Amino acid sequence: MLEELRILSPTAILGYGFPLASFEKGMAKKPHVIAMDAGSTDPGPYYLGSGISFTDNRAVKRDLEIMIPAAQEAKIPLIIGSAGGAGGKSHVDLTLGLIREIIQEKQLSALKIAIINSEISPVFLLKAYREGKIHPLNADNKVTETLIKESSAIVGQMGEGPFIEALNHHADIILAGRAYDPSVFAALAIKEGFDKGLALHLGKILECAAIAALPGSGSDSMLGILRKDHFDVEPLAENRVCTTLSVAAHTLYEKSDPYHLPGPGGELDLTACEFKQLDARRVRVSGTKFIPTKKYFIKLEGARKIGYRTIAIAGVTDPIMIANIDSILIGVKERVFDNFQDSNFQEFYLNFNVYGKNGIALLPEISSDQVLPDEIGIVIEAVAATEEEASAICSFARSTALHFGYEGRISTAGNLAFPFSPSDANMGEVYEFSIYHLLEVESEVALFPIQYVIIGEME
Amino acid sequence: MKYRLQDVASVIRSKNAGPYELCFDVIFIDEEFYQRAKSAAIITKENFAHLYGIGIDQILNLVYFDPAKAIKITIERPISSGALGEKDVYGAQQHRPLIQFEFTLQE
Repeated sequence: MLEELRILSPTAILGYGFPLASFEKGMAKKPHVIAMDAGSTDPGPYYLGSGISFTDNRAVKRDLEIMIPAAQEAKIPLIIGSAGGAGGKSHVDLTLGLIREIIQEKQLSALKIAIINSEISPVFLLKAYREGKIHPLNADNKVTETLIKESSAIVGQMGEGPFIEALNHHADIILAGRAYDPSVFAALAIKEGFDKGLALHLGKILECAAIAALPGSGSDSMLGILRKDHFDVEPLAENRVCTTLSVAAHTLYEKSDPYHLPGPGGELDLTACEFKQLDARRVRVSGTKFIPTKKYFIKLEGARKIGYRTIAIAGVTDPIMIANIDSILIGVKERVFDNFQDSNFQEFYLNFNVYGKNGIALLPEISSDQVLPDEIGIVIEAVAATEEEASAICSFARSTALHFGYEGRISTAGNLAFPFSPSDANMGEVYEFSIYHLLEVESEVALFPIQYVIIGEME
Repeated sequence: MKYRLQDVASVIRSKNAGPYELCFDVIFIDEEFYQRAKSAAIITKENFAHLYGIGIDQILNLVYFDPAKAIKITIERPISSGALGEKDVYGAQQHRPLIQFEFTLQE
């Protein structure tokens, strides 16, 4: 068994970029693998549902153009998880297209690419559902056959299993759909016999690259060194340091419980975890344990289309209108619904989000005594079954609000200030998360089939 | 003595923890102060629920995490991220009540 395994994480998300100097410094440390996570559910359901990537193609290509030749020269695997952001089939295809372009443009010698699909077919899921193998993550979140059928894409978050399978087949590049972020970094280490808990915890820290350093950055590189009973992390840019606090604090990030981090097949238990400052820049972590669950569960993420959105942005500075804005907007809304009640429009959604007055808070909050703002911003939003209906509703709501004769009105020329002409913008398809559940599986490798392709010039 | 949370914390933030949960992190500047704040339980499920105008049953987890001198609170998101009615897809601007939170600690 290797004494230590070095893992290079160039960037927090493929396409977020990294300084060349940091990457080269990382390569000089002779890593055994370059790994990165390319995705997240953070940007919302649109990207999974529509199959569009939330990172820009040119930025993704820039990162890959540096990493692919470097990995080939060093004869180490390059592993990418959650391709294209959401990890659906179209996201993987998009990234594969970029990899193909780079290999051809740079005339690299042949590379074996493992493509791991994470999209799960509705047919398979309906069967699993009927067999009682889909479990909710919270009580309110019920899956139904309709939701499964109506989802435009459903992906599963794979663990390290399929990556290990691809490594066993000597893939040079592993390109995977949706993956549990840490598994991308931990797969080679687990295959080489290192402790799974430590490997995954190291992966959890490396997945955001230098965000766990000070100053934190998602677009700079980090190196992790895993040994038998601990791991070390160090940032690669000279101006960053890792402290016990910065590394421990990152363990908190975006997780419900810092002591127990659930993932495919089990959870990371951090109750006995220790963080130790090695020197000014490096931190050592030990004591993390992996506790397997009795059955193997994979997290599912699905999105479904709910219509089309048209918006208009407007501002108000009239103090009489601002003082009465809530009742005025209720009046406008009633007028709009009344106007379209006899139309053949299907059910639609109309909303006024008032910036400057509870435009951001998702929760009721205990409001402090607020003086009225001098200006407010209103985003008028219509969501309907078709783009035409959404546009018609938004347009009618906008003109109604513009000329609405509210009580006490003395500014009679128009109630809204529009920054743009045209004032209305079609926002395209609207999606919502439809599935966020656990799927009980027998074999992770069978659930996420791997396809191998060879791209590049044969020597 | 009366304190403002923003004066004793280096980080006060909110963020989605997946599309159905919101989590809040408070990281203290000073270890000793963190220990005092922890012993006094300055943030509890009760006062957090009051601060945000939610029910205690919406709070999924509240934990003091020593390695990071931090308090972490996780709650149910009122809607899933990006659903109709969304105002903050990333959940990254829900921390204001915590920034404005004031508490007293015995000297």
